[in-house]
Amino acid sequence: MAALINVPAKAKRGDVIEIRTLTSHIMETGFRHTAAGDVVPRDIITSFTCRYNGAEIFRADLFPAIAANPYLSFFTVAKESGKFEFEWIGDNGYSSTASASITVE
Amino acid sequence: MIFWRAIAAATLFATAPALLAGEIPPDARRSGYAFMGPDTRAMQDDDTTNPGMLFVLDGEALWGKKTGSANKACADCHGDARSSMKGVAAHYPAFDKASGRPVTLDQRVNLCRANHQQATPLPYESRDLLALSAFVAHQSRGVAITAADDPELKPFIEQGRDLFMQREGQLNLACTNCHDDNFDKRLAGAPITQGQPTGYPLYRLEWQTLGSLERRLRSCMSGVRAQAYDYGSPELVALELYLMSRARGLPMETPAVRP
Amino acid sequence: MPTTRRQFLSLAGGVTAAGTIPVVTLRPLEATPAMLNSAIRNVVGEAPIRTGKVKLDIPPLVENGNTVPMTVSVANPMTADDYVKSIHVFNEKNPQPNIGNFHLGPSSGRAQVSTRIRLADTQKVVAIARLSDDTFWQVAADVVVTLAACTEEVN
Repeated sequence: MAALINVPAKAKRGDVIEIRTLTSHIMETGFRHTAAGDVVPRDIITSFTCRYNGAEIFRADLFPAIAANPYLSFFTVAKESGKFEFEWIGDNGYSSTASASITVE
Repeated sequence: MIFWRAIAAATLFATAPALLAGEIPPDARRSGYAFMGPDTRAMQDDDTTNPGMLFVLDGEALWGKKTGSANKACADCHGDARSSMKGVAAHYPAFDKASGRPVTLDQRVNLCRANHQQATPLPYESRDLLALSAFVAHQSRGVAITAADDPELKPFIEQGRDLFMQREGQLNLACTNCHDDNFDKRLAGAPITQGQPTGYPLYRLEWQTLGSLERRLRSCMSGVRAQAYDYGSPELVALELYLMSRARGLPMETPAVRP
Repeated sequence: MPTTRRQFLSLAGGVTAAGTIPVVTLRPLEATPAMLNSAIRNVVGEAPIRTGKVKLDIPPLVENGNTVPMTVSVANPMTADDYVKSIHVFNEKNPQPNIGNFHLGPSSGRAQVSTRIRLADTQKVVAIARLSDDTFWQVAADVVVTLAACTEEVN
């Protein structure tokens, strides 16, 4: 399933840039019940990490109060050209990754 | 005699508003977007934050994927959707000659699957069907709605209009009572819109997912405590057709975001 | 604790999967202020929490509690020796008091995060920032959650 990543393709060294990520996930809270009274088991993304050329620059712990299809926006300083890697980890062994490159002048 | 005339006059007064209802003039037609707050508008406006775009991306992948025993992709017949599908969703539901009835975009996708791909139909509201319809409808974003101009659709538009005007459910409300007569007012905390279907399939914050116009109509029906028509039923298709004819001229917004 | 209609509707509004029917549950559904306090103390420990520096942008009246846009920012230079280590967001009345923990560093450049959250009812949202000197700063906002007029019962 899809993820939407928004990172500027180019930046000047030292610029503070915004990174936006949106990924497909139902974020089932674990607090809902079916008509039969059974709990709908929790199925959420619990952790998001962004690495910039291998170094972690942002990490988030997510809880059931994060809306479905989690959206995250955060900032970093453009230091060098290279790659941003994004990783979402969740319940039931969920894992997905995405990446985006940037040219820093 | 005077007694009978009084009744006739009373009937006339009682029915006159109903006859005029549903006729929102073209320059007074407003998308649900106009009724939303700035935060929800911002979510729709930016493709990098609009969660509906996740489904459009999925639909784009499905468009190019071979499926069914014919092992054909949508793209094998229709090519680049950016040109071949531009404006298409703006005139759906469209008349289908084979069945002699209007079909929705969802139904057209499944007719293509059956006739050209030899593939099983995708269930209503399934992620793949919503994604394909969203991808196709997204190609019409900004295009004015032109549905319902085919003369063969006339009886079906009338059926849809009758359903729109017909009171139903335990609350005994017709669509028109809210969406023609009371838009701009509020129902509980929520603004009442004109019910213009400009952005389907759309991402509803309430649903936390993409959904079809049929799902929205069924929500309204359970709202007035009526028995909702089944997905794909002639009644829902006729209502969808009438709503699109009523929204004629408004630009498509798929994937819209609504509360 | 009796479940109110408001709670039921906000739960019923959470349907995402076709075919699931939410029903009322009998155990407490709201994080009590005590739960909120203990969730905060789990992060902060016994350190004092001062008010200020942190800004919480969240609509005072939200159109749907299932998806509420929210931005937290901290007035801080984000330099190597004065930066925001983390931002923590909590709520008062969801079934669980935590919303998210966001870990930043001097290379963040700007101490600001945005996300979209769920609020089951009208309630208070609290954001707390931990600075590099291990001081804690907070802000709270009251959010009124309106309910959709026509919720679907069954898909």
